[in-house]
Amino acid sequence: MNGFSGILRRELRLALAGGGDMLTLVLFFVITGALVPFAVGPDRELLARIAPGIVWIAAFLAMLMGLDRLLRPDREDGTLALYRLADLPLSAILAAKVIVHWLTSALPLILAAPFLALILGMDPQTFWRTLLSLLLGTPALAAFGTFGAAVTVAIRRGGLLAPILIAPLCVPVLIFGVGAISPLGGPDQAGAALLLLAALSLMACALSPFAAAFAIDWGEE
Amino acid sequence: MTQRQVYPEISLVAEGLACGRGGHALAADIAIALAPGQGLLLRGPNGAGKSTLLLTLAGLLPPLAGSIRYAGHDAEAGPALHYCGHRNGVRARLGVAQTLDFWAGLNGRTGLSIAAALEEVGLAGAAGLDAGYLSAGQQRRLALARLLVTRRPLWLLDEPSAALDTAGQALLARLLADHLARNGLAVIATHDAIAVPDLSVLTLGEAA
Repeated sequence: MNGFSGILRRELRLALAGGGDMLTLVLFFVITGALVPFAVGPDRELLARIAPGIVWIAAFLAMLMGLDRLLRPDREDGTLALYRLADLPLSAILAAKVIVHWLTSALPLILAAPFLALILGMDPQTFWRTLLSLLLGTPALAAFGTFGAAVTVAIRRGGLLAPILIAPLCVPVLIFGVGAISPLGGPDQAGAALLLLAALSLMACALSPFAAAFAIDWGEE
Repeated sequence: MTQRQVYPEISLVAEGLACGRGGHALAADIAIALAPGQGLLLRGPNGAGKSTLLLTLAGLLPPLAGSIRYAGHDAEAGPALHYCGHRNGVRARLGVAQTLDFWAGLNGRTGLSIAAALEEVGLAGAAGLDAGYLSAGQQRRLALARLLVTRRPLWLLDEPSAALDTAGQALLARLLADHLARNGLAVIATHDAIAVPDLSVLTLGEAA
């Protein structure tokens, strides 16, 4: 476990030392969300209805931004090759990467969500549900993102490929993520959607380190 | 040297080995047999496949043909080898001692302490410095210190003397001689002379 916490410490230290990155991410998240009212017009009811979807899309896009610096710098300076020879299995190292990715690119967004909610004029009940669904759903995005970064890390200029690759995987997360907030009419299925979202996150987090480790071993050939 | 640990006896045997990239063989029909305490120098012109052979021996690339065995190695004891390539794995914004401590934690603290290893490679004065401020030679010294904090019997070194000054080259020779004296093995790809006695030599790219 010594090595595992060592990776967490190292990655967090790197992320915090380059603190500008995280601030950029948060600003991107808030600005993307804040632009939507300009695009759809100042219709309060419409905005209130689509606000959860806006928050989720903004979070999804912001999390894609951090993908390229997840594994690529490690590959470029030779660290990734050494990870493959480490005492700790590569899948465990990548599990640490999933956690770090969530901590550095999902947690700041969740903390910044109140600003976006304010801009979009969300009512308090919807806001709390949005926060809960983000909390339960973003781990799945982090897991899929790590997998996408691992698949494309061996490809030069593969930076834009990872988002394209994982976007289809993230569709269920968005569906259940917004479904869990669901201010729309009809029978209330928010509870079920929330559970499915949590299940999706658990499964993605459990499987993605192994899939990513396989992708890295295979991709180096 | 405070401790004089001896490695478990491991020998490296490669037979009929062919290595290359993307299905294209660079070097074929290589036979290597290293007993404990032996070192092997890889020679050959640029592009002869020295680095590829080292990567193949490290298990980072699959061999195109042939087999590699580490006789006597207990697979449960973790990886048997250290690989030290062109790229040092040194990241700016992390301290020198922090970097070394990270690798020691990841690979197991079975060798020297962090401070002792830094002292050994002559970086004791730079322990608190940002690793990004190190010169190329100092970064190489830091990469060598990584081999000291975790004891592994086989060292695969790719151009280890690149960017090292005269004192650094002497340091490298001393570390290697010490490593071999403890029953360690080493395969070194280099163009420079390395002042270690009794190294066998394998020249690639002549027959091809």
